[in-house]
Formats: sequence, C-alpha cells, structure tokens
Amino acid sequence: MNADRLEIVTLQGVARRFGAVRALDGVDLSVLRGQCLGLVGHNGAGKSTLMNVLAGTLNADRGVLRIGDAEVQGFSAAVAKANGIRCVFQELSLCPNLTVAENTRIFHAALSGRGWRGRAKALIRAKLDEIFPGHGIDPGDMVGDLSIGKRQIVEIACAFTQTETPLRLVILDEPTSSLDAVTSKQLLEFVRKEVDGGLACILISHVLGEVLDYADEIVVMKDGLIVAQDDAATFTRARLVEAMGNVAKAADKDVEARRVIRGNAPVVVQANAGAALTAHQGEIVGLAGLAGHGQTKLLLDIFEATGSKRLATRVEGPVAFVAGDRQTDGVFHRWSISANVGVRSLRRMVRRGVIDPVAEAVMGDEWQRKINIKTPDMGSNILSLSGGNQQKALFARALASDAQIILMDDPMRGVDFGTKLEVYEIIRQEAARGRTFLWYSTETEELHNCDHIYVFRDGAIVADMSNAELTEEKILSHSFQETA
Amino acid sequence: MTAFKTLSEKPWIWSFLGMIAIWAATAIYTGGKGSADVITAALSFATFTAIVGVGQMFVIATGPGNVDLSIPSTIALSGAVAMKVMDGSNAMLPVGAAASLGCGLAVGVLNYLLIRVLRIPPIIATLSSSFLILSTAIAYGRGLKIKPPPLLAEFTTAQVWGLPVLALFFAVFAFGMSVVLNRTIYGRSVLAIGQNMRAARLAGIKVERTRFLTYALSAVLAATCGFLLAGFSGGASLNMGQEYLLGSIAVVVIGGTSVAGGKANLPGILGASMFMFLLVTMLNTFGASAGVRLVMTGLIIVAVITIAGGEDAQS
Repeated sequence: MNADRLEIVTLQGVARRFGAVRALDGVDLSVLRGQCLGLVGHNGAGKSTLMNVLAGTLNADRGVLRIGDAEVQGFSAAVAKANGIRCVFQELSLCPNLTVAENTRIFHAALSGRGWRGRAKALIRAKLDEIFPGHGIDPGDMVGDLSIGKRQIVEIACAFTQTETPLRLVILDEPTSSLDAVTSKQLLEFVRKEVDGGLACILISHVLGEVLDYADEIVVMKDGLIVAQDDAATFTRARLVEAMGNVAKAADKDVEARRVIRGNAPVVVQANAGAALTAHQGEIVGLAGLAGHGQTKLLLDIFEATGSKRLATRVEGPVAFVAGDRQTDGVFHRWSISANVGVRSLRRMVRRGVIDPVAEAVMGDEWQRKINIKTPDMGSNILSLSGGNQQKALFARALASDAQIILMDDPMRGVDFGTKLEVYEIIRQEAARGRTFLWYSTETEELHNCDHIYVFRDGAIVADMSNAELTEEKILSHSFQETA
Repeated sequence: MTAFKTLSEKPWIWSFLGMIAIWAATAIYTGGKGSADVITAALSFATFTAIVGVGQMFVIATGPGNVDLSIPSTIALSGAVAMKVMDGSNAMLPVGAAASLGCGLAVGVLNYLLIRVLRIPPIIATLSSSFLILSTAIAYGRGLKIKPPPLLAEFTTAQVWGLPVLALFFAVFAFGMSVVLNRTIYGRSVLAIGQNMRAARLAGIKVERTRFLTYALSAVLAATCGFLLAGFSGGASLNMGQEYLLGSIAVVVIGGTSVAGGKANLPGILGASMFMFLLVTMLNTFGASAGVRLVMTGLIIVAVITIAGGEDAQS
C-alpha cells in the first residue's frame, strides 16, 4: 500500500435532502489511493445517496468536493468519469435492448470509428474472463435476456474496463447482492488485487463478512451521518452490528428445536425439475445452488400453475410472489408505497363495490410498523425509498395478502442486516401459522432458516437435504458436480 | 397559493386552461356575439369526442403500444347497422341500440383475439381489423340513406337551459368512469399493467382479462358514439367516424394521460374535447384558410402537450 496518503476524492460537510427525508446530513470522507473502503449501514442510512454524490449523478445541497487538492465546482457524472471515477449502482444501468458489447460502447466514447464493435467485444470479453472466469456470457448476448445475476456481472466488468481515462476509483454499491458465493468471491479477490495495485475502491455490502475480510478501512453510516470509522482489523462482526445501531442479538438460528414438518403436514406444492420438489404446509423450503440455475424458473412455473388443473405442477392455495429483481418484477413506479403494498390485496379493500382508500392507507401504515419501512409518509412515491426499503414494501405486499404459499425470488437483495433478521423472524412466525415459503437464495447463510433445501444445477434439482444436514461445502459441491 | 400549487400539479388543468383561453379569444374577436351558442355547440360535439376518448384512454393506459385504431370504422358500422335495424321506427329503438352494442362487442372480441391469439401488436391488429369492419359496413351500407327514428334524433339534439341533454348524461357517465378508473379492481389493474405488465402478473392481477375488458370497452363506447352520432346528424354515413381517429388519441394525450401507460386522467378528456372543438371554431372565426387551420391545430396541440407533459418527462 502507498505510504504517502494520496487522496483521490475528499468530501467535506456534504448534505442532501429529498423532501422531508434528510438523506445526508453533513458527511466528511476521503478516499485514498490503494485503499478499499468498506461502507456499511442500514437501508436508508444514506450510503447510496453518498455514492451518487461521489459519482456526480446527484448534486449535494451543501458541502465541498475535492478531487486531489482542487475543489470542484459543478461536479457532474461527466467530470467524475473524466477523473477516473466509476460507479456500479444498485439499480443496474445497462440498456436491456442492446448487446453486452454495445453497452460497453456506450460507456466508452473512445470506442468509435470502424470496427468498434469488434474492439468493444474484445474489451469486455477480456475483462469478463479476467474477473469472472467461466462466466458463460457472450458479448453478443442481448442484456435483456440475461438473468439479473449476469447483468450485474456485466455491469461490474464494464466498470473495470479502461480506454482513455485511467481508472482511479471504483464504487461498488452492493455488487454481490445478485451474485452467488462463487462469483462473489471471484469479484472480491479481483478487487483486492486491483487495490493492492493502487486503485481505490468503495465497497458497500450488507454481507458483513465481505467488508470485514476485504476492506482496509470501514465506515459505518446511520441516518445520513458517519457514526464510526476505523481500520478494518479493529472491527468485529459484533462491533459493526452495534455501530449500525442494532441491538446485538445473537443469531438465534437453530436455537429452537426445529419442528419436523415433512411427512406430518399436507403437501401444498408439488413440482418437478429433474427431480420432484414438494413443500408441506407450514414449511420453509430453500432453493439453493449457483445463481440462474433454474430456481427462478421453477418459482414462475409454480406461480403460473396456481389454480390450473392440467399442469403437472400442483399448487394448493393462493400464491404470492416476492420479486428479487424489483424494478422488472416488482415495483409500480407511479404509485405510492401504500398502493404498492396493497395491490395484491385489493379484493379485501372493496367496500360497497369500490376500493376504500382508507383501508389501503390502514394496511400501508400497519405494514410500515410491522416491517419498519423507513419513510415519513406511506403516501409518497415508492421510488422515494432506498432500494432495501422498496424491497421491504414488496415483502409487505406478499405478507399482507391472503396467500398461503409465498414464493421468494432471492428477495433479500439490498436489505440490511438488521432488517434481514426481522424478516427472518416474520417468516418463521408466518410459517408457524401455516404459511408455506419457497425461498430461492444465493446466500448460504440464509438457507439455515429453511426446513428443507433443494440444490439446483443446470435447471434441475440435483440434491435435497434437511436443515440438519445443511453445510456450505455440501451445497457448493452439489452446485458444481454430481456427487457419486 | 397552496390551492394554486395543488391545482397546477393536476395534469388536467392545462386542457381546461387552454379551453378557456381559446373561448375567450374567440369571444373577444367577435365582440362577445354568440359566445354562449359556441359553448352549446362545443358541448354537443365534444361529447362525441369524449365518449370515444374515454375508451381510448383506458386502452392507452394499459401501456406502450396499446392504442385502438378501429374506433372510426366501429362508429361507421354501428351507425349503419343501427339505422338499418330501426328503419326510422321509434318502436325499434331498443333493438337498434342492442344491435349497435352487439357490433361494439364483436369488434372488441375481434381486436382482442388478434392481439392475444395471433400475437399481433395492437396498433397493427386494430388497424387491420378496422379494414374488415369498414368493409362490413360498406357491404351492409344500404342503410345509409335511412333517417334515424324521430325519438333518437330528438334525444340527441335536445337541450335544457342551453345545455345539450346528451352532455348532461355524459357528465354522469364520465363521473362513473372516473370512479371505475381510480376505485375499482379493474381500474387499478389497467394502471398496474400500464406501468409494468410483468410485475402486474406477478402481483396477482388478471392481466389478460383486464386487457380484454379494455379493448371491449373501447369498441362498445365507439359503437355507442356511432349510434348517437347517427341520430344527431340525421343518419349514418361511412365516413362519419373519420375525424375520431386522431381526435380520440389527441384528447387522451392533451388531457394528461401518459402515452407511456399507467397514468390516466378522466377530467382531462372533457377539457381536451372542448378545447379541440373550440380551437377549430376559433380558427374558423378568424377566417383562417384550411391550410392555416391545420398547421395551427398541429402547432397548438404540440404546445399544449409540451406544457402539460413537462411534469411527466421529469418523473
């Protein structure tokens, strides 16, 4: 690492508000050459807003921004780019109707003239191979056809490609939220290598282990302020959780004796993907494996099969779907938070033939309390929420509905640690009341909340195990090859 | 001040402001002569535009690419069939009305089948079905010289205190449709589908049923318009629906409905329909030639959409 503390970017007293929400309340931060800065905090703590300010996509209401030693006026995305600052946003920014190579071209104005297509392909392919060996993406693929995990891979690789301006700072906002264990590790190893070579990097993640293992320095944000900042080595998991403002409650997974449901309750879902999958009433069923190996497809099949008699898939009871790819599958961007929560339960809000707006508001407020959606007003537009809070609204939509079977498509993307624990608890309670959950997750830690786990590879179920038999090694080995 | 601010955020306000401005300009030019008559005439004609505009609004609100281009031919077919069935007899009025609605329903089913079963984009599906419908109207066209039943003619032209009865009925209907749009499961489904069809399906909304109802509604309203218009203008003609092709789309857009889908506005349709009629009247009063009239109409519509649509582009 560099001995001379060379600052790439420095922020002083940066503040920004959105209506009544104070997203940033005076933040001082500097990023140094050859430093990986870990940034953690709750949903809505202001992390993404801060990164948007750094990337020039949002202007601060007040505060100073310096690049090197020079104070910059009228900072913008173009200025940031010209100074080698790149950002991989949580809401992916690729154009779905263009190919991977064409998206690379948009990013790099230098890829012009004859044969740009070939050069763009070579550039992005080389970077993909370098960061994510075995990624299985062709530069000619249409981005809209890729799964969210692959889109994220492309977005990350694109941010690390280099043409005319040298790369100095890369901001990664929840880069691993849609990646599985293997690709996450590939990315983090790559980042570590680049940082050791002099690049600066800001890593935002809700997976605390990633930040603890890979960052040099950790910054904790809460309510628009930096509440702790120190060398990564001085932090422990418990200290981080405490700094974020969580009551450090011991992870109580596996503490209670697991109820044995399999065989003791009626089967409510029966599906087939290479091998049979069954879910019993009140059971939490996990779908594991690497990202994009058929888990989402099976969930969609089950969703489609609801109420249909002729398909091989059998579903007993009303179903709700919790989207993980929230912009494509989840939010209604013109509606308020309450309307987004209530849309699955409209039938219950009808009074004298019309929807009662009071019932809708009551449901919204009730779930704001239950699942702690961070907003002053459930009547404001859903996009005023941070990514994790939007996800909570989608959870509320499913949980508030009459659904007895809830399908979850890797729904914890961008949800912070504290909220995850709360949602796990809600899921357990709801399961105890007889609701059934089918839960696709790319985080092995999460699968410990499931009663029974199916592992997917190449679109088929290759193994299944009970909670007691679950280990990370087992899942990984099944994800890669047939065990003899 | 706050009242002004809330008002200026309503997307329909612009069409009403435009309507008042144009009416005032005409009244000043003529020195106030006949400006009350202009309002009465505008109400009569605007009602027909607004009827089809409401149907078009629901279609456009279901998302990008959705538009009903078969409205003019449905108007023609419905008018021709109704006039022929009734043959000028008051006693046959209910039968004629039913025949007219039947035409509308049939067109709605046809459009939906083309879109759903053959997977043709709505703009092409409704365009091609409009040829089929118009051909049917022509083949059936022997009814064209038939006068409407006197009762229908009377009803469509009747006035109370200078207000067309038809416009009063329509006001009640528009209020009802506004409730349907904002406060029923069907209305919410339309708006949800318009924002994101995939998310709507995954949120448990009956997407296909909603789309079918929407195209059926648009065609039935067009048929109703054809029935009433034939009564109003003393008989059906094959080209009587022609001006409603662009007219129906224009009032939807000027009225503050988003062409990107998911956001619809009913009061705006009423203001925009009045605006469109008064605009042509004003240009006629000024003695503008046909060419100038068309150019001005185009420019003014562009101007209104730019002002009223500004808020939409930001979000």
